Amino acid sequence: MNKILVLFAHPAFHKSFINKSLINGVHDLKKITIHDLYETYPDFFIDIPAEQKLLLEHDVIVWHHPFYWYSAPAILKEWMDLVLQHGFAYGKTGRKLEGKRVMSAVSTGGRKEVYSKTGANQYTINEFLAPFRRSANLCYMEYLPPFVIHGSHLMTNDLLNKHVADYRQILTMIRDNKITPDELEKIEYMNELILQNA
Amino acid sequence: MHNQDFFLQALIYLGAAVIAVPLAKKLGLGSVLGYLLAGILIGPFVLGWVGNEANEVMHFAEFGVVLMLFIIGLELEPALLWRMRRSIFGLGGLQVMITAIVISLVALGFGFQINRALAIGLILALSSTAIVLQTLSEKGLMRNIAGKSAFSVLLFQDMAVIPILALLPIIVTLGQPAVLSESSLEKIGNVAQMPGWVQLLIIIGAIVAIVVGGRFLARYIFRLIAGTGLHEVFVALALLLVIGIAIAMEKIGLSPALGTFIAGVVLADSEYRHELETTIDPFKGLLLGLFFISVGASINFSLLIDNPVQIVGFVALLIIIKFVILLVLGRVFKLKKGYEFLFAFLLAQSSEFSFVLISFSKQNQLFDEKTSAMLLLIVTLSMAISPLLLIFNDKAVSPILARWQNKLEYDEVEERENHVILAGFGRFGLVVGRVLLANNFKVTILDNNPENVEVLRKYGFKLYYGDVTRPQMLENAGIKNAQLLILSMAEHENALKVAQYVREKYPEVKILARAKDIFHVFEFFKVDVRNAQREMFDSALELSASALEELGFTRYEAYRTIRTFKHHEEQIQEELYKHWLEDHNQFIRESKRFREQVLETLQAEKNYSIHETDCAWDVDSIKKEKQKNTPETHEPDSIEK
Repeated sequence: MNKILVLFAHPAFHKSFINKSLINGVHDLKKITIHDLYETYPDFFIDIPAEQKLLLEHDVIVWHHPFYWYSAPAILKEWMDLVLQHGFAYGKTGRKLEGKRVMSAVSTGGRKEVYSKTGANQYTINEFLAPFRRSANLCYMEYLPPFVIHGSHLMTNDLLNKHVADYRQILTMIRDNKITPDELEKIEYMNELILQNA
Repeated sequence: MHNQDFFLQALIYLGAAVIAVPLAKKLGLGSVLGYLLAGILIGPFVLGWVGNEANEVMHFAEFGVVLMLFIIGLELEPALLWRMRRSIFGLGGLQVMITAIVISLVALGFGFQINRALAIGLILALSSTAIVLQTLSEKGLMRNIAGKSAFSVLLFQDMAVIPILALLPIIVTLGQPAVLSESSLEKIGNVAQMPGWVQLLIIIGAIVAIVVGGRFLARYIFRLIAGTGLHEVFVALALLLVIGIAIAMEKIGLSPALGTFIAGVVLADSEYRHELETTIDPFKGLLLGLFFISVGASINFSLLIDNPVQIVGFVALLIIIKFVILLVLGRVFKLKKGYEFLFAFLLAQSSEFSFVLISFSKQNQLFDEKTSAMLLLIVTLSMAISPLLLIFNDKAVSPILARWQNKLEYDEVEERENHVILAGFGRFGLVVGRVLLANNFKVTILDNNPENVEVLRKYGFKLYYGDVTRPQMLENAGIKNAQLLILSMAEHENALKVAQYVREKYPEVKILARAKDIFHVFEFFKVDVRNAQREMFDSALELSASALEELGFTRYEAYRTIRTFKHHEEQIQEELYKHWLEDHNQFIRESKRFREQVLETLQAEKNYSIHETDCAWDVDSIKKEKQKNTPETHEPDSIEK
């Protein structure tokens, strides 16, 4: 069983609808640690040793956040800048994170069609996530396909409940090593694993 | 000029003041009593260092009262004065009238003729501006409702002196036909000889002259003199102004104090206000001190020793009559919760102006030698006792009232659900309260400083006067349903007591506390209050950040440095707490507290090196690695991708 660390970043959790449901939907899973960055570091003063220790204690890291400006809220970038230190996470002697897996879990307002070469955003989500993928790879970690929720502004309760259940199921599958490398090859989003099974 | 004499006198008066006043203050008696005691000590009946010239000194020193009213005028905006009109004329007018009538009736009862009885009533109805205002400013009561009411009454009395001076000669002729000599009229001033309407015109003209001069002329002159850069000339000008007004007022039969007061009010919004105030203040202080000393020195103890029972009886009677009337009037004018007692005790003596009126009446053959000496003694003694009355109020009456009318003394607090109780609304609590109120939380604010409560209520804060160390007060404030109790009071020991009590009785109420120092934080930890903030720590850190910026740090670097320090301090705190729990007997002794604290903190600091610098965003290790690297490895060169 893998231990999963969800690094959650939402600067206005009280105003969040989608992400609050997602977090509430998975927080009781065994072997999962929810780590709310804005709650822990309201002044962005990130405790580097504590964060590194947390990373070492887990096998899978989830960067869970709304998709702000085609990227993450500021604190996650700060976290990356500070915690993924040279000599710890990357560099010749920095291989402490080697072999761990990383997944982005993001919610966007735009529908999937918008995130395509012909859509208004011109690039796909996976293209936008390139910095995250590169960062993970630089730190000798495997970057999984992302878990993506589209159309968050016009979400119905039913659909949201489905997403929450999917998220829970995906994290459980990752935790329990239920996903084969073959399956990962074929998918763009993690969400597809559930659709396929359904 | 008798230089020798003058300096000797100065030596005695100043010496007595310098020794007696600090001593009296130390004993909690206030400066007025200190001066009076010093006067008695150097007076003819104890040491005999000053003799009858004390009376002359007193007349000279009365000018201190004039200066004091000028300064009070400077501090008073005209708008505020206008708002006080009801209490000046209503409360003040009634006080003078009723007191004069009652005392006259009592004097009649003692067999005085009607005209003499009336004069005694008018003379004794006044209260001492000097003593009361000095006490008010010393105790910081100027803005208290009782203090303001007392001031209103004194202001009215100052105005009433004019008609009283005019009335006295008429009173002399009352009942007993006697012709007033021209010479005694001269004393009141030349104006008094003129017809009433001319007098009125002159008085109005003088006041208009002060207002117009103060508004338009004074500013120009002050600017001119200040422009010379010679401070002593400015001092001379300030004194000239006050003395000039005083003399002019005396000439037309107005009270000099009243005239300078008006001048002060007129200049209150001038840009030279603070300069004038600081210039005049030391003169005022010295002269008033001198005045109180001379009052003490002029107490006629031989008369007192001859008729002790009679004199003491009269003084007591005078004070009781004045006190009762003031108390009733205070109540009528909505003074409550012990303020009416403070008000009554404040004004229960007779006035320094009574001295003038008594000697004036004596010259008019209204009183014989013995009566006037007796009246003088009674007035003096009532003034001397006055500070003692206030101490009596503070130490005996207030506490009894507090216990006796429990519910009345402390404000009733509406009970509310889901709310915050904020205990202490001073420098610290004010900030906390403003933040919470700005975010629309319901906050019940309690403070045990009545002046504070009163002032802040004026600014629309809903706060209640009360002492949270009394369980009943907390109950009334709704501790039962409170979400949060914030202990922001300055009384650290009390805060701890309250925390302990609430923890035991209402364990579900969350408590946040203001702590004095790190050990105080630990004491809160011990009663399971985990969130206590040291009152000085964060502001000191902020200031350190500014210091670092001044020394060349960038702003973010400075911020990060103090934030790192704070983080480091939090780690130390845990360490220190464990140690403190183990043998905190060692720390208990308050005298060693600070030293122990520094020692312990530094000791613990050794385990957490602060000198290990913040290596966030550091590229040194990358540079080093790169220098060793062979070119073909495609390792990243820096965090900057």
